[in-house]
Amino acid sequence: MDWNRTLSKQVVDLPRSGIREFFDLVTGSKDIISLGVGEPDFVTPWNIREAAISSLEKGHTTYTSNYGLESLRRAIARYVEGFFHVSYNPLCEILPTVGVSEAIDLALRCLINPGDEVLYHEPCYVSYAPSVLLAYGTPKAVETSIDDLFALNPAKLEAAITPRTKVLMLNFPTNPTGSIAPKETLEEIAKICIKHDLFVLTDEIYSELRYDGIEHTSIASLPGMKERTLLLHGFSKAFAMTGFRLGYACGPKELIEQMMKIHSYTMICPTITSQEAGIEALQNGVTAMQEMRDSYHRRRDYIVKRFNDMGMDCHLPGGAFYTFPSIKRFGISSKEFAMRLLKEQKVAGVPGTAFGACGEGYLRCCYATAFELLEAACDKMERFCASLN
Amino acid sequence: MTEEALLKILETDARLSDQQIADRLGVSVAEVAAERATLEQEGRIVGYQTIVNDDGEGVSAFIEVKCTPERGGGFDRLAERISRFDEVRSCYLMSGGFDLLVQVDAADLLSVARFVSEKLASLPGVLSTATHFRLKTYKLNGLHFTEEPSHQRISVAP
Repeated sequence: MDWNRTLSKQVVDLPRSGIREFFDLVTGSKDIISLGVGEPDFVTPWNIREAAISSLEKGHTTYTSNYGLESLRRAIARYVEGFFHVSYNPLCEILPTVGVSEAIDLALRCLINPGDEVLYHEPCYVSYAPSVLLAYGTPKAVETSIDDLFALNPAKLEAAITPRTKVLMLNFPTNPTGSIAPKETLEEIAKICIKHDLFVLTDEIYSELRYDGIEHTSIASLPGMKERTLLLHGFSKAFAMTGFRLGYACGPKELIEQMMKIHSYTMICPTITSQEAGIEALQNGVTAMQEMRDSYHRRRDYIVKRFNDMGMDCHLPGGAFYTFPSIKRFGISSKEFAMRLLKEQKVAGVPGTAFGACGEGYLRCCYATAFELLEAACDKMERFCASLN
Repeated sequence: MTEEALLKILETDARLSDQQIADRLGVSVAEVAAERATLEQEGRIVGYQTIVNDDGEGVSAFIEVKCTPERGGGFDRLAERISRFDEVRSCYLMSGGFDLLVQVDAADLLSVARFVSEKLASLPGVLSTATHFRLKTYKLNGLHFTEEPSHQRISVAP
């Protein structure tokens, strides 16, 4: 078989995820403490698991509507209105998907014509640029920096806009930096989007996990933005349901309808088991979610203090469950730091460069890990930093 | 730091040092030490023990006791008296079809039988007893005894 001719050039040319390379290394090592995960360390709360079991017991093993269960969409509409203060019609403005990842893929395919530019802020989640490329768009990163606490700087955003720019992707709180965008910044970004007629895809999967005491603001809730925003959210992070693969998109019915078309041909629907578990999460999972959030909060405070004490400059991230300490003062690259930390102390963190070139000089460390393991990891990292001095 | 937060941590792992607890709660070591001392003095913290899986050793019995309440003292004096026996691991006043639930640990069935007939049932005020032997422990003080190895997350994920 002539694979050069057989395989799609678009896919073959797609870069491998930088995190994948590191994953292969870590998988081969034994007895490591991993701060490299991207998911909660909690098991899904029992009432939600029980709802999934009960769904199977009742023999609910069929397809659902391509729009998902209406009862789920109604529960999502209620939750989104209460939490994000934006109201969506559950009959035509909400689409349950197989995680936010599917929703991003659907949305980009529905919005992009070949060559359209999509802006996103970097460092960012690893799938954004590849998803744009797979939709035959042109991804353009807008770098963020510690000067703005990794929030998108509106002036830098505006400078990156060209006549081909069509979509802006946002992710606050951010994976991998844990940064949040202050409401004032979002208001400036919203004005720019209206001025340049940009459509916004906002991935707010970490929005419940905020520790700064400030209520989360979605750009979709700002004046004039609901009509040009697709709000993406899901159950994975807040309700510790990563394996259920359940997310949703809320937005204008014109876009949702087109997304549903692709979804109906490719995915059909998320499993009914997950959908029924999702209803339980939204209706009775909030207390458990808040307990998990409080636990992350305490771990964030601990690890950030330890990092700063051991000489890594680490800002206090406002959300998600990631820290993004700077390792610049040690004079080695992120990759070398991560490799040597793994080899010499058996602690895994992810090099900042896995999330974009401007992540150089940083390490992503996830604190969704048992407290005693965080303590042990910090002790090892302290020894490692001391050995570099 | 709330009293509940400290108790919740200690109930999960009583071996943690005040420093470790302070780290987990984001407060000073002095605050933890002071709160712990207050709770101990007030009798909210009664003690610190180890949860032992003793299913394989000796026998454990739960005994339902019906008794006559005393004028003025209710069941308290009799319950206190029963609790003083070394064999009694726990003793509760219950609602429902009996009055006291008494857990007794002993070397074998005969020892429990002897305790019930010679010590417990013969106490003035005890009307009747019903003894149930424990066969297996599944969960104690919030801890599962037969947990399967935990499912591992993949170690690096985006």
